[in-house]
Amino acid sequence: MKDFAYVCPATLGDAIAAMKGDGARALAGGTDLIPQMREGRRQIACVVDLKRIPELTGITAGADGSLVLGAAASASHVAQNAVVAGAYPAVAQSARLIGSLQVQNRASLGGNICNAAPSADAVPALICHQASVRIAGPAGQREEALEDFIRAPGKTNLAPGELLVSIVLPPVAPRSAAAYLRFTPRREMDIAVAGAAAWICLDAGGRVAAARVVLASVGPTPMRAASAERQLLGERPSRALFASAGRLAAGDARPISDTRGSADYRRSLTAVLTARALADCCAATPIQQALA
Amino acid sequence: MKMPVTCTVNGEAHTVLADTRDTLLDLLRERIGLTGSKEGCGNGNCGTCTVLVDGAAVNACLMLALEAPGRDIVTIEGLAPRGKLHPIQQALVEHGGTQCGFCTPGIVLSAKALLDGNPNPTTHDVRHAIAGNICRCTGYDKIVDAIMAAAATLQAGGR
Repeated sequence: MKDFAYVCPATLGDAIAAMKGDGARALAGGTDLIPQMREGRRQIACVVDLKRIPELTGITAGADGSLVLGAAASASHVAQNAVVAGAYPAVAQSARLIGSLQVQNRASLGGNICNAAPSADAVPALICHQASVRIAGPAGQREEALEDFIRAPGKTNLAPGELLVSIVLPPVAPRSAAAYLRFTPRREMDIAVAGAAAWICLDAGGRVAAARVVLASVGPTPMRAASAERQLLGERPSRALFASAGRLAAGDARPISDTRGSADYRRSLTAVLTARALADCCAATPIQQALA
Repeated sequence: MKMPVTCTVNGEAHTVLADTRDTLLDLLRERIGLTGSKEGCGNGNCGTCTVLVDGAAVNACLMLALEAPGRDIVTIEGLAPRGKLHPIQQALVEHGGTQCGFCTPGIVLSAKALLDGNPNPTTHDVRHAIAGNICRCTGYDKIVDAIMAAAATLQAGGR
């Protein structure tokens, strides 16, 4: 490994100043960055450790009822947070899928997002909840939808010198629920062959008023399954409806064949996982109460 | 570039000069001389370098030494006084939960993190807690039996 400088700024302003240098790289959990550096896949002149900056590590309630997750907060911290576990259980559940417990104790959701892997476990549930990302850089601060932020494998809308500061989860709608499921050959310590997150919101009459289906590992980025979502609108939840949405999601998927699975296999998984994720939404208390 | 790092390891304050490129594992093994933590894969997959950082199980190979200042670190050497075994270690001996032994320090610390937070685990909890610790001798059943036995010993008031 080539030598590098290490800085650990205490404020966001100092971190942005440190990121201006050539070859500066942000460090959150380090569970991807450190192996990349050791294997010589990244040449870095300066590591900017973000873990002493309150905006990056805290989990705080926004004035409008939103929840703001610091981008460098560990997956364990997020999963164990009472508000996340209570109001956004699919996000907590997703954070518990990233690597081992040892990895979850370090790895951040911001890192999971910025790596921009098609299989990123934290991302589909966050998109289902219409999460946005707050970004800070030399030109100031901006906010954009997480869905638009991830552009291609390994590529996001972060400009050089910019930092992902936090992830904003809007307030949860009444009569709504989300779930994320993935398929891995091993139960733990594995990467999704395919994954599906679903979110449904019912109207007062028990029909689907809004729905989102977000697929993982079946396209270059986590992707919405638009025809599956359309199929759900205005319908009463049922196994048949979910199976039909699953088949449409399989058609929406754009999988490749690789060492983890063939494109056909991934499509079949997408159909099953989507239907099951929808059924899990339906089993959640807010939906059960609306249907009762 | 070298920088001084001050952290607590097994209850003792240490100040050592660390290279920016050192991982926490390098700090423990090479700078402090605690060689109980092993390096297996070096990229966070095998778990044999597991130590406790502020009570949480962490892969020491995935953390820079320079991230250690102010942290309270526990390694396998810190679990029991010299010459004694912690109940988790004792149970692994009694249940044949070690074969080559290379994964054992990491398994013990993952088990410690589990039992500190969940003194009465199910076997599923135990398997989940050690999922990030690979044993290539594949002695998992005996390891799980040992951790369940250690939980019972600790619950019964064993040290």
